[in-house]
Amino acid sequence: MSHKSNAPKNAAAAGMMSGEIPDNDAIKRSRPLPVRIMGHFRSYWQLWLMFIPAVVFVFIFHYIPLYGLQLAFRKNSRSGGFDGDWVGFKYFEQFFSSPNFVQTLTNTVRISLWSLVMGFFAPIILALLLNQLAGKKIKGFIQTITYMPHFISMVVIVTMLTIFLDPKSGFIGRVAGPDNLLNIEAWFTPLYWLSGIWQGMGWGSIIYLAALSGVDTSLYEAAKMDGASRLQLIRYVDIPTILPTSIILLIMDMGKVLNVGFEKVYLMQNPFNMQVSEVISTYTYKIGILSSQFSYATAIGLFNTVINLCFVLAANWIARRASDVSIF
Amino acid sequence: MTSTNATAPAKLPAGDIPWNHYRMQKKLSDHIVDVIIWLLLAAIVVIITYPIWFILIASVSDQNAVNLGKVTLLPVGFNWDGYREIFADTRIWDGYRNTIVYSVVGTALNMLVTLPAAFALSRKELGKVRRVVLFFFSLTMFVSGGMIPTYLLFKSLGLVDNWLVFILPSAVNVYNLIIARSFFETAVPEELFDSAKVDGMSYGGYFLKIVLPLSSAVIAVVALYYFVAHWNEFFTGLMYINDDSRKPLQNVLQAILLSNQTGAEGSASLDAAAQQELADKIKYGVIFVSSLPLLVIYPFLQKYFNKGVLLGAVKG
Repeated sequence: MSHKSNAPKNAAAAGMMSGEIPDNDAIKRSRPLPVRIMGHFRSYWQLWLMFIPAVVFVFIFHYIPLYGLQLAFRKNSRSGGFDGDWVGFKYFEQFFSSPNFVQTLTNTVRISLWSLVMGFFAPIILALLLNQLAGKKIKGFIQTITYMPHFISMVVIVTMLTIFLDPKSGFIGRVAGPDNLLNIEAWFTPLYWLSGIWQGMGWGSIIYLAALSGVDTSLYEAAKMDGASRLQLIRYVDIPTILPTSIILLIMDMGKVLNVGFEKVYLMQNPFNMQVSEVISTYTYKIGILSSQFSYATAIGLFNTVINLCFVLAANWIARRASDVSIF
Repeated sequence: MTSTNATAPAKLPAGDIPWNHYRMQKKLSDHIVDVIIWLLLAAIVVIITYPIWFILIASVSDQNAVNLGKVTLLPVGFNWDGYREIFADTRIWDGYRNTIVYSVVGTALNMLVTLPAAFALSRKELGKVRRVVLFFFSLTMFVSGGMIPTYLLFKSLGLVDNWLVFILPSAVNVYNLIIARSFFETAVPEELFDSAKVDGMSYGGYFLKIVLPLSSAVIAVVALYYFVAHWNEFFTGLMYINDDSRKPLQNVLQAILLSNQTGAEGSASLDAAAQQELADKIKYGVIFVSSLPLLVIYPFLQKYFNKGVLLGAVKG
């Protein structure tokens, strides 16, 4: 607010009506509320005009669906309307007591925890390695290469996976044995997070590289004077530098623990691996969209959202207690 | 004394080892670490590039050679048959055309809605309004109606089998909005605003004539993020589009590539085998053709990525 402190008040008042950028010292005076609100709009109507479209879009497409959450507590109607009778927590109880509950929940948590932990360390390691390179050109070249998979669509990633794992023609499948690894239950989760690392490692490293580029070089010099080896420089300078960033990212990721990417799981699913690959979101899709049990599926989705929120809050709380870094 | 030593000794405590001497002592272990770093990075580069290279050479190789695993580093039995089939396949071109339309129109609307909003929310004069609106946006990152309520809303809005489903619901991405807002807040000097004010400019004029021309970096990054999201969109097509002629590229790809897998097991006639071979062949080329536009664009914008990702991390 410093920019407007020394501008003359009367000049601001004169420019107000003509759409010029006003000085709001003039309207900050203690006048009655309606007058102040009018003054605010007169000064800032252009700014309002700029953000109102975005607010409208977000309201329609992100907030109105929240109203639809009441379906979870109403008797299912095939049309998807809100005319069903109020049934309370019936659909939640139905979900909790069904065998699919334990199965989809454990699958979801297993797949997402593995990819969260592995996907957390891989970009950090890549960034630490790249940061050791002195040549700008070669560093840029390797970055270009490692970013590439980020721009490949999920459909293509999964197709590539099926091609490479084909027991006859795939270069991984040929050495992996007679069965396609995608059909083997024990391999589903490793394939999921390994391909996730392949796709996301380079892109994920950007933020850490940016943090590392901000390290004061005198810190390195001082450490070298004290006889620190290169590995010690990484351990005592680089890693502490990226720690706050990584904790914030970890918190953000925790909020997605039950949000295993629908697309990838859905595309990797087949009848052979269904026991370990059915997650909450794919189950919701099948129950809700494919068999029109809207209320039941809404209840499952709401359960998912609530658990996610708990995870974010818990991770945030733990991080704040442990290291003073938090997002809220 | 050399010029480098001229200033250094002054900082050193008495009796400390001079810099050059230290370097010579540490040389061997530094070299070992160097070698390990290079080996690791080389391994990462190979692991990332080889699958993509394999798709490329398999797309122009003889299909039997590919199936027998003879294609490893270079194409075997070079030919363009796969690409010829792809060019003749109307499904792929319909999907391609649809995706281009959805991506271009979608990104245009994204920019039209996101940039002004981001600018408005970067102005501190808005005071409480600004904080309330930012909270209103940020909340959607943690709370959502979920798949079914969203589907039912879109259905009642007539978005099923309507191409606008690719454009309107994704008009604002909160993450991209925050990136743009942080840029306007930090990278555009406040002195420019002061002089615009003196010149009697309106907010609209300041935004269009002064802020936007200075913001090519963030415009490039945000436009790329939006464009990539549109281009690779699969879920929306799966949920809301049943009409084949409106399906975007990713959903066409899934239909072709997955139907190959399941359809192959049915009959063992020669015809089916030939069909399968052709389908397999299209598969490699189609992967390449569908990914090419993005793989060509992103290296040109790479220098902006750092800025974009960092600004996204500086949350409000």
